[in-house]
Amino acid sequence: MLPRLLRVALLGLAMSMPAHASTLADFDFTGNVSEAHYKAVISELRCLVCQNESLAGSQAELAQDLREEVYKMMDAGKTDDEIVDFLVARYGDFVLYDPPLKPSTWLLWFGPFVLAALALLVMGYTVRKRSRGVEQGLTAAERARVASLLSEGTENRKS
Amino acid sequence: MTPELGQFALILALCLAVVQATLPLIGTYTGSRQWMSVASTAAWGQFTFLSISLGCLIYAFVNNDFSVTYVANNSNTLLPTIYKVSAVWGAHEGSLLLWVFMLGAWGVAVAALSGKLPAVVRARVLSVMGMVGVGFLLFLLLTSNPFERLFPAPLEGRDLNPLLQDPGLAIHPPMLYMGYVGFSVAFSFALAALLGGKLDAAWARWSRPWTTVAWVSLTIGITLGSWWAYNELGWGGWWFWDPVENASFMPWLVGTALVHSLAVTEKRGAFKSWTVLLAITAFSMSLLGTFLVRSGVLTSVHAFATDPGRGIFILAFLCIVIGGSLVVYAWRAPAVTGGGRFDFVSRETLLLANNVLLVIVAALILLGTLFPLIYDALELGKISVGFPWFNKMFVSFMPLLIVVMGIGPIARWKRQDPAELAKHLRIAFIVSLLVGIVFALPMLPGASPLAGLGIGLAAWLVTSLATSLADRLRHKRGLAAVWRDITVQGRSYYGMVLAHLGMASAVVGVTLVSLHGMEKDVRLSPGQALEMSGYTFVFEGVESHQGPNYRADRGRVRVLRADEEIALLQPEKRTYTVQTKPMTEAAIDVRPTRDLYVSLGEPVGGGDWSVRVYYKPFVRWIWLGGILMALGGLLAVSDRRYRLPARSRHGVEAGTSPAGQEATG
Amino acid sequence: MKRPLLLIPAIVFTVMVVLLAVGLNLNPREVPSPLIGKPVPGFELSRLKDPQATLGSADLTGRVSLFNVWATWCVSCRAEHKLLMALAETGEVDIYGLNYKDDRDAALRWLQVYGDPYVANAFDDDGRVGIDWGVYGTPETFVIDGEGVIRHKVIGPLSADIVNERILPLVRQLNSRG
Repeated sequence: MLPRLLRVALLGLAMSMPAHASTLADFDFTGNVSEAHYKAVISELRCLVCQNESLAGSQAELAQDLREEVYKMMDAGKTDDEIVDFLVARYGDFVLYDPPLKPSTWLLWFGPFVLAALALLVMGYTVRKRSRGVEQGLTAAERARVASLLSEGTENRKS
Repeated sequence: MTPELGQFALILALCLAVVQATLPLIGTYTGSRQWMSVASTAAWGQFTFLSISLGCLIYAFVNNDFSVTYVANNSNTLLPTIYKVSAVWGAHEGSLLLWVFMLGAWGVAVAALSGKLPAVVRARVLSVMGMVGVGFLLFLLLTSNPFERLFPAPLEGRDLNPLLQDPGLAIHPPMLYMGYVGFSVAFSFALAALLGGKLDAAWARWSRPWTTVAWVSLTIGITLGSWWAYNELGWGGWWFWDPVENASFMPWLVGTALVHSLAVTEKRGAFKSWTVLLAITAFSMSLLGTFLVRSGVLTSVHAFATDPGRGIFILAFLCIVIGGSLVVYAWRAPAVTGGGRFDFVSRETLLLANNVLLVIVAALILLGTLFPLIYDALELGKISVGFPWFNKMFVSFMPLLIVVMGIGPIARWKRQDPAELAKHLRIAFIVSLLVGIVFALPMLPGASPLAGLGIGLAAWLVTSLATSLADRLRHKRGLAAVWRDITVQGRSYYGMVLAHLGMASAVVGVTLVSLHGMEKDVRLSPGQALEMSGYTFVFEGVESHQGPNYRADRGRVRVLRADEEIALLQPEKRTYTVQTKPMTEAAIDVRPTRDLYVSLGEPVGGGDWSVRVYYKPFVRWIWLGGILMALGGLLAVSDRRYRLPARSRHGVEAGTSPAGQEATG
Repeated sequence: MKRPLLLIPAIVFTVMVVLLAVGLNLNPREVPSPLIGKPVPGFELSRLKDPQATLGSADLTGRVSLFNVWATWCVSCRAEHKLLMALAETGEVDIYGLNYKDDRDAALRWLQVYGDPYVANAFDDDGRVGIDWGVYGTPETFVIDGEGVIRHKVIGPLSADIVNERILPLVRQLNSRG
């Protein structure tokens, strides 16, 4: 019973709109911070208390606080990397929707391409095996017969 | 009383499923026709009881029987009746009942429409389907009983999640489940072939329509889900690479590969063991999706109420069904291999490449979805894999797939001269390249290399399809003759054309809306206007409005273009009576080439509201693409070859069936 | 296709099942802290009871301590409070608190009614210090050693099991190091 209640409560938290919600409308985009840049950055950051939402979409309080932090940092001239480092230092890699490239994520970033290369090899081998093998050649008379049969066939195609 | 009846019906359905799973299969080994014919009867019986059970649950919802726990958790007297019905599959227990009901329905469909199938094959197919049914019914009855009672019965229910109170969401699960469950038919056919040790063109011909219909359902289900998310979530997004979305996309990709592989097996007798493996994999992906959504291993807004006990059950079920079938595959596949020869450059190779790419994309989606779990299990910590990664990977592989899609229909079976192929496709290539360049030129507004790539690829699909049709026309002159040539091609061919056009449409939509979409999030006072993308949005304030089970703040936004009013949009912020979470209802002005999307944010005092406005070019083309693909599939299934009276198919060798002599299509 | 190659799908599947089985025992929503093993984040806030005085990172060195993030609006904090009181009574560890995004008066009343296990409380009005500590939900409890380095983090309310199996052994171990 409790897990379900908890889930409903968390879902409610994720979707609730507290009294002093901040939306993007509250931010001033006429100064240092460009709206497009800001949105791009917050949409790639994860809301930690939600069930898979970004900082751009979530209305949770922590998400609002973090949106303001990010805005302040951008306004102060911090680079994207510095902002990301700031959040990762406090919340870990989990806060990033774009997983960092490091040895522990090589499987993730290179895996598909390794798989593709393997598949290519297997495919090449399979197809070559299929195409090898001598087929009985047709004599000229047989070839002519095939040609006439085929053209007959296409003309008699079902209407 | 009715809920007990429903539960009892489930138990009876389980008994019949057990019968269906065992007797016919034993019959195939003893050669007893009587035992084999039990399959159809059992299937009908099972479906009857499943219908009764589902009917009882629907009855409980419509009559507000809150003494049933599931009804109390998901319904309310104020809920409009249509949503009372769709609430039946709104949460875990009821949606599982729907799953099993669909399985029963597919079972009777196979029983009823497979008269031409040899009795042995039908017995095997229905038997395997029965086994799957046993698993799910046990799961239902042991861990997820929708008919559990609640004492004392509350006077009111907790209401259906407001997000689910939408027509799109009402049909989305049934369509999805029709797809997931439909792949169990292909799966059963595959296992039947393995067990029987024989796989010929006839087998492929029997499997194809079932698989295609399942694929069509899944296509519609996914399209509906995306369209609903766009409409209901208030942010104009249509795909988030959320684990549950991925759980539906993976079977779709493998299912697409399966549909194409079946075509090759039917026409050329090649790819037999690949087809069987794909059939097993497609259904496995469906089952895996069920696990991911209901076990709690992954976080998702879509996930059902989780319970590790349920997770263990499904995992065990997965082991038995998938593990078992893969072992049977490893053991029996050599009996069904062997097939036609084909050259390095041929339609077979291109279709193989197509399938390999589809499977790679499915595999990478699986990798991305499960990677956080892998990372955590290896104690490396917690990591998120989100849309940036998925988008990058997807865009890395899709272009190659689309290129192959263009060449495939043009290439000949068995042997294709590469030079001749290049000559055929020269015009299509040049046109596509030009179109791509136009959309990539920096001088044009909004152009970018990615836009060029996307639109160029879509153009490639269209032009190569046109080339394919032109190739098939024997007469180039004379309207009547040309028309006759066109109509003679066959529905199967046009099904392919339509489906591939659907792909082109989706690519155009995705490219343009992703790259050229615009949004603004501003605070507006009543009377204030906002300009964007050549449109003026005049905010006229917000009024209160009462709905059947909610209270809404309804805004009025007039949309002008060049000072002429073209639309009046009324976005809402709804507070539902029971589940008081506020919900946004976006207001959308829909035109063929663009959507204008407005949603309310928050009241910020003094009558001012924050308002979000989006310009979404060509977004509808994405779902149009899905619809076209589904229509294409339906067209292909209605092809005359599936409606011809039976000719003896027994012992027909692959590649020499009449299908092989038909024009390719 | 050779027989051993045909087993590859089955093998891949087995690996996946093992992974999923392990996954059933993990909690995907629990975010571990990258601050473990690092010194306490620098901060200085006004105290809850005496707004003129401050409580900062400097106060968290010298003795092994617990840093408990709580608020009156947090239901689970109420649940764990008795355990905190009991812990404070043992005297084995100092408990400092971070009153997170709360109302000062309400918090003071709360401590009066339910008891005050804290040596001192820092008042984090806007939650900024909470962000520096990587707080994403209350309650959270950090174990800090004598040098001011964070050694452990408990996410969610304390339970008797957590106190007995995770906190007390660690506190004793850190204390014995001197």
